[in-house]
Amino acid sequence: MKNRKIFARLYLYFILIILYVPIFYLIYFSFSSGKNMNKFQHFTLAHYQTLLQDNRLIAIFLNTVILALLSSLIATIIGTMGAIAISRVRSKKHKQTLLALNNVLMVSPDVIIGASFLVFFTALGIGLNFGSVLLSHIAFSVPIVVLMVLPRLNEMDYSLIDAARDLGANNYQVFSNVMIPAILPGIASGLFMALTYSLDDFAVTFFVTGNGFSTLSVEIYSRARQGIDLEINALSTVIFVFVLVLVLIYYFISTKRGKKARGIMRELIK
Amino acid sequence: MKKLIWTVVAILLACAGMAYEVSRLQQSDIQGKNKSLIIYNWGDYVDPDLLKKFEKETGYHVIYETFDSNEAMYTKIKQGGTAYDIAIPSEYMIMKMKRANLLDKIDTSKLSNFKYISSSFLHRSFDPNNEYSVPYFWGTLGIIYNDKYVKPGSIKHWNDLWSKKYRHSILLVDSARDAMGMSLVSLGYSMNTTSNLKLKLALTKLNALGPNIKAVISDEMKMYLVQNEAPIGVTWSGEAAEVMESNKHLHYVVPSEGSNLWFDNMVIPRTAKNKKAAYAFINFMLKPQNAAQNAKYVGYATPVGVAKKYLPKKVREDKQFYPPMSTLKHLQVYRDLGPKITQNYNDLFLEFKMYAR
Amino acid sequence: MSNRNKILFMIPYLLWIILFVILPILLILWYSLTNQSQQFTLANFELFFHNGTFLKMMLNSFWYAFLITFVTLLVSYPAAYFLTKMKNQQIWLLLIILPTWINLLLKAYAFIGILSNSGLANQFLQLFGIGPVNILFTDFSFIFVATYIEIPFMILPIYNAIKEINPVIIQASEDLGASKWQTFKYVLWPLSWSGVESGIQAIFIPSLSLFMLTRLIGGNRVITLGTAIEEYFLTTMNWNMGATIGVVLIILMVAVMLLTGSKIKRKKVDL
Repeated sequence: MKNRKIFARLYLYFILIILYVPIFYLIYFSFSSGKNMNKFQHFTLAHYQTLLQDNRLIAIFLNTVILALLSSLIATIIGTMGAIAISRVRSKKHKQTLLALNNVLMVSPDVIIGASFLVFFTALGIGLNFGSVLLSHIAFSVPIVVLMVLPRLNEMDYSLIDAARDLGANNYQVFSNVMIPAILPGIASGLFMALTYSLDDFAVTFFVTGNGFSTLSVEIYSRARQGIDLEINALSTVIFVFVLVLVLIYYFISTKRGKKARGIMRELIK
Repeated sequence: MKKLIWTVVAILLACAGMAYEVSRLQQSDIQGKNKSLIIYNWGDYVDPDLLKKFEKETGYHVIYETFDSNEAMYTKIKQGGTAYDIAIPSEYMIMKMKRANLLDKIDTSKLSNFKYISSSFLHRSFDPNNEYSVPYFWGTLGIIYNDKYVKPGSIKHWNDLWSKKYRHSILLVDSARDAMGMSLVSLGYSMNTTSNLKLKLALTKLNALGPNIKAVISDEMKMYLVQNEAPIGVTWSGEAAEVMESNKHLHYVVPSEGSNLWFDNMVIPRTAKNKKAAYAFINFMLKPQNAAQNAKYVGYATPVGVAKKYLPKKVREDKQFYPPMSTLKHLQVYRDLGPKITQNYNDLFLEFKMYAR
Repeated sequence: MSNRNKILFMIPYLLWIILFVILPILLILWYSLTNQSQQFTLANFELFFHNGTFLKMMLNSFWYAFLITFVTLLVSYPAAYFLTKMKNQQIWLLLIILPTWINLLLKAYAFIGILSNSGLANQFLQLFGIGPVNILFTDFSFIFVATYIEIPFMILPIYNAIKEINPVIIQASEDLGASKWQTFKYVLWPLSWSGVESGIQAIFIPSLSLFMLTRLIGGNRVITLGTAIEEYFLTTMNWNMGATIGVVLIILMVAVMLLTGSKIKRKKVDL
């Protein structure tokens, strides 16, 4: 029994090491004075200095964050409304059709989504810029929000709504005081997933971006093709530390607040 | 609900703040300049110092954007949702863009520095009257080898690549015209052939090279060659210049039996918004000192003849980068072969990549 | 909620479905059924199914997607199982999710450095006297990196599924004298199948169409349907053929979904 525990632990450590090796590799070389990730020269912070002075890269980074926040926010609103509407559809057949359509983008490969959006924007004469990228990011984030919110709605106790109505609450009050709090964890995890999708996307953006707008992944792609630039390593180190801090803060809040936040966490992991 | 609305407001505020910061960051590059010039070019294909100099001289703000293939550029310009003032395609693509009515005519009389261009780069078949394009760089397709692993002089011709010695050691450029063209030349055919039979033969020959191919890649090839990941690379002259600077063991050969001679020219797309700035930029780049500085940075050969005297003697007299007339005669320029045959080249190359083992 | 409100809630969502799901699919379908001079034709599909290249490409994609999914499952299942036995599972899970937030391309570039001739992997091998081995641009490196990227997406659903199994059932199975293997085969595996299935769906389908990794890690020696679609749309600019491959891929996807979907139903009947 004891051996089994040790083996389990070792196996998990092994997986974690594999998962983190490339990331630490990037971080390690961000401090090398060399020009590539071939050989560590000597310690320097020069790449961080260049990063701080690189207005273009910082602007692109901020653009990426703005894009992620805006697209996930709008997608969450549309998706939540959609989920509420779907939960109210009475005909089972209609409901299933809607869900099937919802899942099309979930399972489509990025390449197809990107290509079909490019065709779509071209057909409508929409220019390729921030707008087209934002529309695409909203589009591929909506279904995941629906999928996150819908189970909450299905689990919701409808007698609560009836009770609220009996107590004289109007439509808006029922909506804001009963329904929203009940599905809030779903909404939060939907927003979070949408954010992750947007930050992580390369393929779709690659197809629909144009004139004067670029996201971090597209920029990395075009830069790194010229040979890996260690400034990019410095940037990924900064991002990693940033994410790590966010996660730690989140973790401490969630252990303090206990159950509610853990609900969100569980939702996320699903 | 209230909390929810506050969250939304907070996110929107954060976005607005960042958007302001972005515009501020971009402003600090501009500093009071009124108009901007958007250039659409290959990655790392201009000396950034020259762009700064241009901004200073003319007061235009330069926005530099990059593409990684002629075709990607064509797609984005044809889509119509872009407004580039200058683009720098290769010769066959200029023909294609002209045919698709994507280019504006260029009035060369407005370019005071046009006279500096060597006559051998004018009146080429892809733009016989120089109405649509102005030469930017030119170069060749050739072989880079590493003298640590390959004896100098043992690779002189395309056919040398097929030798059994080089198993699994060649990096091939990911471009259908170049890979098929190399095979065609090695068989003694034209790189612009339209004959289905000759193309099939070229594919068969290329397939025989399969075991020697380590990877089919594009821009990343430079990095691998510098790091000694592979001893041989088939790519363009400018790439060669760049890698040779960082790794002394690398050498560049243009096979004397023939190869591709290509041009990248500046054009003004139909959708351009600031034509005045575009003219100013073209003229600026044709100024011999600037052309020389750019050639030194990028590593490709400049078509501005007078500029050569500003280049270091070693570069100027390097026969691999400025080949003598005798070699130039054997070099072939790609023509736009129309969609059907281009498709054929691409399909055959895709087939090669699938079966290359 | 009144009917009027219901419609109000439906409008933006329906608009999204029409604009970004139905319309793009129709456009892709339209492109696949026309030629470059916009006449109706079935020639694209004919080419796809008559030309050995595309069929081989399809088989290739399937084979690699299968390998990637299989290896990922093999690595992830024990990890997910062990996770359910750990203390501080939240932290472990966070640690496993965290790498997915670092851009995929960056990780791919790191792997180029690690797997190259003078990279970390070869330095490690040299400790054992194994001289520089060519790792980059091989099937092994491609599958390894693809697996690496997919592992967290496989661990999470399986973890959830195992977590939901009532420990009493496993206890009961062991009490009844079932061996470890029997417990796994007849209790754990069937009960965690829903997680395995969503993991497979989350990995198999994207793996069919990887195109960045085939280039960066596979050195274009692995050609999948994704590579071909990207090439037809952005390089060759034959959108019609690209769309045709897209349509075939969509049909395959639906087939995979239906197949895995029907399996659960059968399993449930068995139980």
